[in-house]
Amino acid sequence: TALSMAGRGAMAQGLEPNTLEQISSYNNFYEFGTGKEDPMRHADAMQIEPWSITVDGMVDNPGEYALADLLDGLDIEERIYRFRCVEAWSMVVPWNGVELADVLDRVGVQSGARFVAFETVVQPDNMPGVRRGVIPFPYIEGLRLDEARHPLTLLATGIYGEPMPKQNGAPIRLVVPWKYGFKSIKSIVRITLTDTMPETTWNNLNAREYGFYSNVNPEVDHPRWSQATERQIGGGLFARRQDTLMFNGYEDEVAALYEGMDLRENY
Amino acid sequence: MASVTLAQRINRAQRHVPAWPIYLIGLGWMGWLFWLGLSGQLGPEPINALERDYGLLTLQLLVATLVVTPLRRFTNVSLIKYRRALGVTAFLFLLAHFLVWAVLDLQSLSRIGAEIVKRPYITIGFAAFVLLIPLAVTSNNLSIRKLGPLVWRRIHKLTYPAILLGAVHFVWLVKGYPWEPFLYLGAIIALLAVRLIPARRPARANPPAGAAPSR
Repeated sequence: TALSMAGRGAMAQGLEPNTLEQISSYNNFYEFGTGKEDPMRHADAMQIEPWSITVDGMVDNPGEYALADLLDGLDIEERIYRFRCVEAWSMVVPWNGVELADVLDRVGVQSGARFVAFETVVQPDNMPGVRRGVIPFPYIEGLRLDEARHPLTLLATGIYGEPMPKQNGAPIRLVVPWKYGFKSIKSIVRITLTDTMPETTWNNLNAREYGFYSNVNPEVDHPRWSQATERQIGGGLFARRQDTLMFNGYEDEVAALYEGMDLRENY
Repeated sequence: MASVTLAQRINRAQRHVPAWPIYLIGLGWMGWLFWLGLSGQLGPEPINALERDYGLLTLQLLVATLVVTPLRRFTNVSLIKYRRALGVTAFLFLLAHFLVWAVLDLQSLSRIGAEIVKRPYITIGFAAFVLLIPLAVTSNNLSIRKLGPLVWRRIHKLTYPAILLGAVHFVWLVKGYPWEPFLYLGAIIALLAVRLIPARRPARANPPAGAAPSR
């Protein structure tokens, strides 16, 4: 299947996963503050038990699902993916998760649905960044339905076989490896199927800089910085920059989704 | 007149505190941060951490140089003796900030040139750096003597646009609306605006000795 291919492909390309410590100590999770260490420092306060996800919109079986029920019987597999932040740094993460498509099948997507919208939990008492209002909350994201159904798209529940660290988006988060990291929304509490393109947080904040698609693309720069290269974190003070790959290295798998689209226009 | 006494006491005390330790502490701190980055104690992305730390220290020291004059004007506390050391140390941090960015972060001359030309927030950061070079070079008694105090003072007014550019550079590079860069920008604008308040002519019953109106 495409999933094991992705895993094998990652090995074949000699991807060296970052350590769990690196992955869980350098994060953007503005609910806990804008500093890279803020999530590691503050995420501990987030309550993740019990956890339920509201599934609504154009689905056959809407409702509030306990996390375990939503994932019950689904195959949790490991996927070693590149993770490329829009800020031009990257990691390699061995995620554990299920394919989003399998969860969508479970809730029954109706025929008219074309997009999936996601929402992150908001716990003001436990989230200093929310109290300060550094950006509007709840954090919202979205995918086109075909992107959401793509076999590379995960709902991840762990890293390195451990439960997802809170600063990385416990207990369940999206992983879309060919898009900039902010598309991979954390700590999901709502999944909505819809026929209109959903609003997304960064696009609302600055549409010129953050498009709905936000596919990793070395040829389309962020207005304020180049996207041609990136630095994988963990390489120390003298880490070399490396070339950013089209669709973050998943071009063979996903380019067909965007056939005929002007990627400069639809950034 | 307790405040005057306090100011006088501070002014008297600072006669015994030399300015040179500022250079020593500054360079020591700079080296210490570099060592932390080298030994993996600045987190998994030390290049970015150093860039930020050096940049922020530059801004903080420049703000300190901006405080000196209003402080003397409104409280009579004169720390002018330390301003050169603060300014030159700020420049050294700015140089380090620039070098980390150019050598460790971008790693190529063509990339450095392209970024300076193409990215406005880098253009203005670089402009601030360039503006401060003549100030750093002339921050010595010999230059004051050679240039004459009037010319020298005019050159050193470049510090105002440079600091403003530095603050805008900080605001411009962040994502979202964290409060910190806006706080710096606001403080710097306030410190510059204070200089526009016209000095009130004497009128005070008992002007403290040496309280010359200043800009």
